[in-house]
Amino acid sequence: MNGIHDMGGMDGFGPIPIEKDEPVFHATWEGRMYAIAMSLVRNADEFRHAIERIPAPVYLDSSYYERWLNGAMTLLVERNNLSRDELASRGAGPVAPIQPAGDFAGDSPKVRRRRARFRIGDRVVARNLNVTGHTRLPRYVRGKRGVIESDWGTYVFADSNAHHGGDRAQHVYSVSFAARELWGKDAPRSDTLRIDLWEDYLEPDLKSAKPAMKKPRAGARAARGRKR
Amino acid sequence: MSGSHVTVPTGAALRVKALETLLEEKGLVDSAALDTIVDTFETKVGPRNGARVVAKAWTDPEFRKRLLENATAAVKELGFGGPEGGHLVAVENTPKVHNLVVCTLCSCYPWPVLGLPPVWYKSFAYRSRAVRDPRGVLKEFGVEVPSSVEVRVWDSSAEQRYIVIPQRPKGTERMSEEQLAELVTRDSMIGVGVVKTS
Repeated sequence: MNGIHDMGGMDGFGPIPIEKDEPVFHATWEGRMYAIAMSLVRNADEFRHAIERIPAPVYLDSSYYERWLNGAMTLLVERNNLSRDELASRGAGPVAPIQPAGDFAGDSPKVRRRRARFRIGDRVVARNLNVTGHTRLPRYVRGKRGVIESDWGTYVFADSNAHHGGDRAQHVYSVSFAARELWGKDAPRSDTLRIDLWEDYLEPDLKSAKPAMKKPRAGARAARGRKR
Repeated sequence: MSGSHVTVPTGAALRVKALETLLEEKGLVDSAALDTIVDTFETKVGPRNGARVVAKAWTDPEFRKRLLENATAAVKELGFGGPEGGHLVAVENTPKVHNLVVCTLCSCYPWPVLGLPPVWYKSFAYRSRAVRDPRGVLKEFGVEVPSSVEVRVWDSSAEQRYIVIPQRPKGTERMSEEQLAELVTRDSMIGVGVVKTS
């Protein structure tokens, strides 16, 4: 979803709140909240999406572990583990009104795709996808041209898994983008960004592809992720 | 922004307490197990683990090679692993490349080697600007990267979790692995800080 959580490239959040020698948890309740989530959450994609579904004004006005609290309560209510009334009557509420999770609506086939569509050195474009569900394709790379740097192997597709839509496992690649491609000509020519993108997020860059110059499989030495 | 600050709304403590009580009544969580999780991340897992990894990489070329090829397996040699550590990637700073790690969409971070992320790493300010203006962000941390050096930002958007191997400072040739580990700061392993020089 094009939510407030997709912050890459935004302005307006002020200086970075650097704190010297900060504790792991700033209050006891933060540690309890962390541990509760660690005990309950079995599907990290679904949990991330529950946090993304917090209404944007509430998301911005909440501290980090308050967002975890909100996300955890949302999932507990949606799964009928607890009711809103129960939470409210015991003082744990209110649960912020949240957008429903919806279903996975991508165009990905359900089978695992072992064969990689792209090779190291291939030029690719990040697709301009605007899914309303969970996605790990941030706005700032959509439509941008990059190069496949590594193939991490096949991974469960977060967009589908967050909605219990099946694994749809597929290759995940480290894709590099020039800072200028992402942010325009004022960005330093020297600088780059790498981001890990599922195969469904990518298509071949037919405009700037030079098949004759395709690099050999030099990236074969790149570390591989755990195969699924 | 309140989302970036650590001010604690009084309501949150009460709400979490109420939630924990309810969950325990229903048998969904066990308070003793929660104690163990909190204790693990407060006292056992933290950036000292990562510092040991870096110091070993600086002193043991074979380990460095294994670390760069498969960081998950390499850090396991030192006994490190667990949640958010199943797909670790070590990226090495060189005279030509300075690496910086962020998670723009949430707060992905290599827990087994760095512990839980600091507030600034999870802040809206860092998540929004690290990709667009990494050099400006680095300046806020007091780090100036020469224009001849590539700043390479890693946005942790999938399962890979990144640790930066900073450059070994000059003049540390005679130091032991343990002494070197003392120099390695958490921030240097995220890419926003430098290694101490003594």
